[in-house]
Amino acid sequence: MKKISLAGNAICQFRTNHAARFAFGVMATVGLLLAGPSNAQVSAQSSAQSSAQTGAQTGAQGAKQNSAMGVDDARHLLSRVGFAASNADIQAFAKMTRFEAADQLVRGATSVAVTPALPWVDDLPLSPAKRQTMSREENQAELRRNNERTFELRDWWFREMLSTPSPLTEKMTLFWHNHFATSQQKVRFAAYIYRQNTLLRRNALGNFANMLHEMSRDPAMLIYLDGANSRKQQPNENFGREVMELFTLGEGNYTEKDIKEVARAFTGWSIDRETGQFMFRKAAHDYGDKTIFGKTGNFEGDQVLDMILNRPETAQFITRKLWREFVSPEPDEKEVRRLASIFQASGYNIGKLMRLILSSDAFYTPDNRATLIKSPVEFVVGTLKTFDIDAPNLRPFVLSAALLGQNVFAPPNVKGWPGGEAWINTATLLGRKQLLDRLFRNEDRMEVTMRAMDDMAARMGEAGQALGPPGKEGRMVRQMERSMGGIKWNLDAWSQRFVEQRGPNANNAMQDMTRVVLAIPPQAVPQTAAQTPGLTLASAAADPSSPTMNKPADWARRLVADPAYQLK
Amino acid sequence: MNRRNFLSSSLIAAGVPLVGQYHGVSWAAPSPVLAGAAAVDSNMLNNTPYKNLLLLIELKGANDGLNTVIPYTDPEYAKLRPRIAIASDQVIKISDREGLHPSLNPLMSLWQNNELAVVQGVGYPVPNLSHFRSIDIWDTASKSEEYLDAGWLARTFAAAPVPRQFAADGVVVGSSNMGPLSGVGVRSITLADTQQFLRQAKLAQPKGDERNAALKHIMSVENEIVHAASKLNTNYQFKTEFPKSGFGNQVRTAAQMVASNAGMATIRLTLGSFDTHAGQLGTHANLLKELAEGISAFKAAMLELNRWDSTMVMTYSEFGRRPKENQSGGTDHGTASAHFVTGGRVNGGLYGQAPQLNRLDGSGNLAFAVDFRSLYASVIDQWWTGDATKILHGRFEKLPLLKT
Repeated sequence: MKKISLAGNAICQFRTNHAARFAFGVMATVGLLLAGPSNAQVSAQSSAQSSAQTGAQTGAQGAKQNSAMGVDDARHLLSRVGFAASNADIQAFAKMTRFEAADQLVRGATSVAVTPALPWVDDLPLSPAKRQTMSREENQAELRRNNERTFELRDWWFREMLSTPSPLTEKMTLFWHNHFATSQQKVRFAAYIYRQNTLLRRNALGNFANMLHEMSRDPAMLIYLDGANSRKQQPNENFGREVMELFTLGEGNYTEKDIKEVARAFTGWSIDRETGQFMFRKAAHDYGDKTIFGKTGNFEGDQVLDMILNRPETAQFITRKLWREFVSPEPDEKEVRRLASIFQASGYNIGKLMRLILSSDAFYTPDNRATLIKSPVEFVVGTLKTFDIDAPNLRPFVLSAALLGQNVFAPPNVKGWPGGEAWINTATLLGRKQLLDRLFRNEDRMEVTMRAMDDMAARMGEAGQALGPPGKEGRMVRQMERSMGGIKWNLDAWSQRFVEQRGPNANNAMQDMTRVVLAIPPQAVPQTAAQTPGLTLASAAADPSSPTMNKPADWARRLVADPAYQLK
Repeated sequence: MNRRNFLSSSLIAAGVPLVGQYHGVSWAAPSPVLAGAAAVDSNMLNNTPYKNLLLLIELKGANDGLNTVIPYTDPEYAKLRPRIAIASDQVIKISDREGLHPSLNPLMSLWQNNELAVVQGVGYPVPNLSHFRSIDIWDTASKSEEYLDAGWLARTFAAAPVPRQFAADGVVVGSSNMGPLSGVGVRSITLADTQQFLRQAKLAQPKGDERNAALKHIMSVENEIVHAASKLNTNYQFKTEFPKSGFGNQVRTAAQMVASNAGMATIRLTLGSFDTHAGQLGTHANLLKELAEGISAFKAAMLELNRWDSTMVMTYSEFGRRPKENQSGGTDHGTASAHFVTGGRVNGGLYGQAPQLNRLDGSGNLAFAVDFRSLYASVIDQWWTGDATKILHGRFEKLPLLKT
């Protein structure tokens, strides 16, 4: 733990250096960051050059790193690091270089939610003594209370995603939630889930080594992977296996014997059921020698984690996964190894790795635009945010995301959501389209949205595993219907703003709107090609009979109907 | 905010719907439904193993096998279940030891026809008692401690593809979860109701560039929707009367799919919730009644279409329930359970092993006798002439479920 806190200090120092935001001095900071603390003597310029040279692209790309990125790059960056790219943000980021933008995003990242915490988050779990005296009915009531609280927590998190000044923090928190996947359906106690969520947010762009050590003591994790009951006499291998397979090294980089030995090292890592805090139960711990990765010693849990962190495969595994989340579905192995070695050398400074990723040529190459499929949470929250839809109650949208396959705090298993192409099947694609269709229709908004939810729920039937224990779906759907009221939204006004900003040139306004809504130009080809030879943004705008000039809202409707709306 | 304010604040001008025409320019899919234009060529249907339809029925929430197929002569049974045991004079006896729950009476004609297989003791080693995890294990045909990405049907269809002319590889009715059809590359559609699906399918945008893998995937799903919608219809008027229940509607939808002659290897229905932790008797009786009436109606519909001989119906569920009843007149999560397989060519009778109620495990649960993957192996090898060992990552003893 000691050597890790050094890296933690380093990042704190960078964070205090707010003044340099747009100043020339920012390059020096970025240079330091690129080189890593161990190579601090390397000048900013040479490290920038070496980065440009090792990147996939050369020449023009390299030059572009030192000039303003422009609106298209800004849009790409914002949609990957957040849930939406507003026109104002696009214009602001367009003036920055890639380094400045990445630096501002990471430096400006918060580590605490701005949405006020729910009142029950500090509740203690029921003591074992109390539990024993509870009747079956009382137990069920307790379970229901925790299930409802978990829904409140989902509302809370969606609110935070919508209102945070640092969307990257929430994207990273979501990423780590999927990485350290933990389900309330097993953990039960909602306050533990909240605590894990704050742990993830606190470390989201901090230090991965710290996060791993903290996560190994996290009550929700100790319950989810059965560590809390793992004793010397009967070590539970669940955590031992997953900490290596899913959290750090990846499959194939350890043996079955390693798993057994690692499990022994974590025996006794448990929870004080009175205080709800981590507790080391000495009597349950196996103090014998363990042989891990060919080394023998009386290792205990923290030492094992450090041994795992010392292996390059861990840094590579995390870097590869971040690449898939932020850059493209197919990591460039050479780049992954290069980035991972810097990541590991930095003592697992996540902010530093993200700066490198978010300013890399691979990130900006046109081939990697619109190559990632929005997750249901990104799709739902992104739609609310992109179109300024003001929903006082977010429960219907939480449930929509769940029906579309992503119920946060209830991943399908410890591997998390498979993601990528698995997000989209005929059910979920029609579900997404239907939600949009009803939201964007010109009718009484409340009525139609209620009907949309109703239809969606009916079509999806009982929503399967997404919504919790069997039989609860109907109740949730009714809840969803009841809470649809009060959504304030005016698509016409939203669309008209683009025209007002651009004056009479409708083409410009349409381009602006398209850039805000889609990651790439519309992909759908008109069905009646004879009537609309090569209908494009430009030709539609140039054609005075086109409705898009007269009705900007129709253009918005067309954009969300396009397959490209599913991409980021 | 009251309704009036709400309305006046959302000044959305009248415009066009998402899909439609802009001044004569249509920019999205026209109605893909061309009635009668799309039935699968009958030769093609005859030359593929997938002319044999598998109708899966998921008994969601874990069905109580012990009150479904009842060991009515076993004294332990009544002892374990003082409140919820089915009295032996109520049981429909199918052997001198086993009997069916009285709600299953509609299945008796199948039994008498020797086309109802009753498989007892279906489960797997090291059982997991979480609904979510255990159905995951069933859906992916994994080992208890193994996580697989693709469902067992997805793997089956990857190994031996379903003809492209088919409307879909599989159809999921009444659930958003693809279950055994989960996996990239499976052409599956999901719907609650055929009409509604055909209406919604108009939102699909089947044409566009495929500039990268993600877009290609989305376009292929859009195409699956349009392709399926072009082949499905509700034209056929059944003489069969379908039960007027939620499950009855699913059965009707499934029958309509088959009547469209559109081609599909499998259809999955979902009935539940069977998670009867409290007050089990009434709930369970109703669910079994829905199940039996549904299966019976499906048989009638398939006979009408001359498809019963090429249909196999199979139930499954994440696990069974604990033999000993709980304090609330219900049952908690258990392990092995009984399942049904039926169809025109199914070899009826009893399979597996009756519950060994005097040999429960440490948590009071039953040992399994038939690995659930044996059922899958029988489907893959015998029904579809596939390679079960490869798909299931191991050799599982097949049951002689088909008449020879």
